[in-house]
Amino acid sequence: MNIAVVVRQVPDLIEPLEIDSSGATLDLSSASFIVNESDDHALEQAILVKEAGGATVSVVALDFGDVDNTLYTAAAKGADRIIKLSLDGEPPSPRAAAALYAAALKPLNPDLVLVGVQAHDELDGGLSPFLAAALGLPYVGVICGVRRGAEPGTVTVCKEFPGAVMAQLNVKLPVVLGIVGAEQPPRYVPVAKIRAAMKSAQFEEQVAVAPGATPPLSICRLEPPASGSHAEMLSGSEDEVAARIAEILAQKGLRK
Amino acid sequence: MATVEAPRGAELLKQLGKAGDGKPPLGCMQCGMCAASCPLGHAMEFPPRKLILQAASGHLDKVLTSPSLWMCVACYLCSKRCPRGIELTDGVWPALRDAAMQQGFQPPAELQETFQNVFKYGNILGRSPRQRMDWAKDLDVRVLDLSKERRPVDVLWLVGCYPSYYPRNQLVARAFARLLTQLGVTWGVLGVQERAIGECDRMFGEEGLFETLVEANRKVLDKQDFRKLVVLDPHAFHALKKYYPRFGAWYAVQHYTTFLADRLEQLKPLIAKPVEAVVTYHDNCCLGRRSGCYDPPRSLLELVPGVKLVEMSRTRDNALCCGGGGGGMWLDAHIVAQGGQRLSDRRVAQAAETGADILAVSCPYELARFEDAAKVAGLEGRLKVRDIIEILAECMDLGERTTL
Repeated sequence: MNIAVVVRQVPDLIEPLEIDSSGATLDLSSASFIVNESDDHALEQAILVKEAGGATVSVVALDFGDVDNTLYTAAAKGADRIIKLSLDGEPPSPRAAAALYAAALKPLNPDLVLVGVQAHDELDGGLSPFLAAALGLPYVGVICGVRRGAEPGTVTVCKEFPGAVMAQLNVKLPVVLGIVGAEQPPRYVPVAKIRAAMKSAQFEEQVAVAPGATPPLSICRLEPPASGSHAEMLSGSEDEVAARIAEILAQKGLRK
Repeated sequence: MATVEAPRGAELLKQLGKAGDGKPPLGCMQCGMCAASCPLGHAMEFPPRKLILQAASGHLDKVLTSPSLWMCVACYLCSKRCPRGIELTDGVWPALRDAAMQQGFQPPAELQETFQNVFKYGNILGRSPRQRMDWAKDLDVRVLDLSKERRPVDVLWLVGCYPSYYPRNQLVARAFARLLTQLGVTWGVLGVQERAIGECDRMFGEEGLFETLVEANRKVLDKQDFRKLVVLDPHAFHALKKYYPRFGAWYAVQHYTTFLADRLEQLKPLIAKPVEAVVTYHDNCCLGRRSGCYDPPRSLLELVPGVKLVEMSRTRDNALCCGGGGGGMWLDAHIVAQGGQRLSDRRVAQAAETGADILAVSCPYELARFEDAAKVAGLEGRLKVRDIIEILAECMDLGERTTL
């Protein structure tokens, strides 16, 4: 089975996000980046399918942020091919990114494309369905488990529905799956293996190009979320805040 | 899960013997002194004796998959008492943990997060490296940030992760900054360039992460002009003294207790008022059993007028560990799930038995561990936990708030 995984870089929320002087974009010069969490699960799921019975795992990523570390870690986890797409300018919105990823994925002719179902910087919709559309493949989202199907050319997937309802679906390949969680948490790889990958892993570097231009997203203004009227923002010294929390808990009957 | 070739048990132990960590583990005569001494041995599937027996007799996988592999809290009791001089704590445990991870066995989730924090952010708390200097905000003494202004200094103070970020420990960092200034030494810190030293990562078996930190720290330290490093964290002291030189990184380093104990005569005139309290001192394992440093911390406490120093039933090389070393800081839940106990709970009970008002410590892990344990034991208000620096700052009137 030929599996392709898309991994994205997203701003790391340990740093405060800042809006630049235009008021319409984030100031990414002071941001640091980490791998998108559900993409990390998508990679783990791909490696699990590979380990369960042989597959080739190709990882595709746009080149910005801390992407090299993410890709070396992917290689250390067991990814077979690493494709890094160089980028001219700022990271694109999900619709524009879908076109770039699709152009890089098509020549790989994947049976299964796994991508995280969400990212915290998706401004104009989720990448995963856009990607399926750009590839002309069917899409199933909110997946939390993928196994080789009983029939050749199929996979059995576990899909989450609201109300904690889980469904098991048999899906024909090729397909794009939006992963919400792998069957197990993304594995820890010791740093020695990542260091070994830094010496041995080869990236296939390509320029990110897409046929036809995606109409750019027009952002009027970005603002930090305002405090709502129903939230009480606690301020003051530690003791004052603690006393107020104790009072609230007592009011709610959670503490005598 | 993918596995890689790793040395088998007996071979692994043989290699360890050549690595210079004490005597070869294969010389173990199975006396059981280690297992009986280990404060968590009763809850381990494989206490040290069985660990060696199983590994040497070809059952390495049993050892590598056992939850007990992640229960050692690096108290050094087994190493100290082993009649064959086998370096269990620094040698055998980290090597087996490393072998487990190399073969794809997963460490407890809490450890994974800690490793990732250190790898990504350079600190165990997973905080932004840019906030490294937050502890010194609005401080009333000048802190020379060597990452911004490179100048020769007598003392390059490595502040450490907890004192840099954790609010309770930040009070200690601020007091130490005042103390250094009072002593009139020229001193500076690395600011945003400071990273974890990596002792606990090495003890966890994350040798690759430790190497990464040694390389990064070396690059930063070698650009600075200083006479000695001073650290608040005994674990950092141990790693800088014993393991950094293995990578060619030699530094003169002192734990703050020995640094200050060398300056008792200069400290005396700074004393402004007595601290009337019965104090008992907890020998942390890295400074005590590992490095044999028992008297300098006590000499600092004896310097303070009004302090009556009393000893716990287990003291000096027989002291009971706080349970925070070797990764234990993050593994309380794992250890309790295996039937072990938080050692800090036992230790505060021993401190309370002495009738002390203050449990004095000299390791950044212990403030949080013992203050929590004192709350659990209902000792809050009766037994205060204070770093020696805080007690000195109090008697020298350097504290920003009355802590005693």
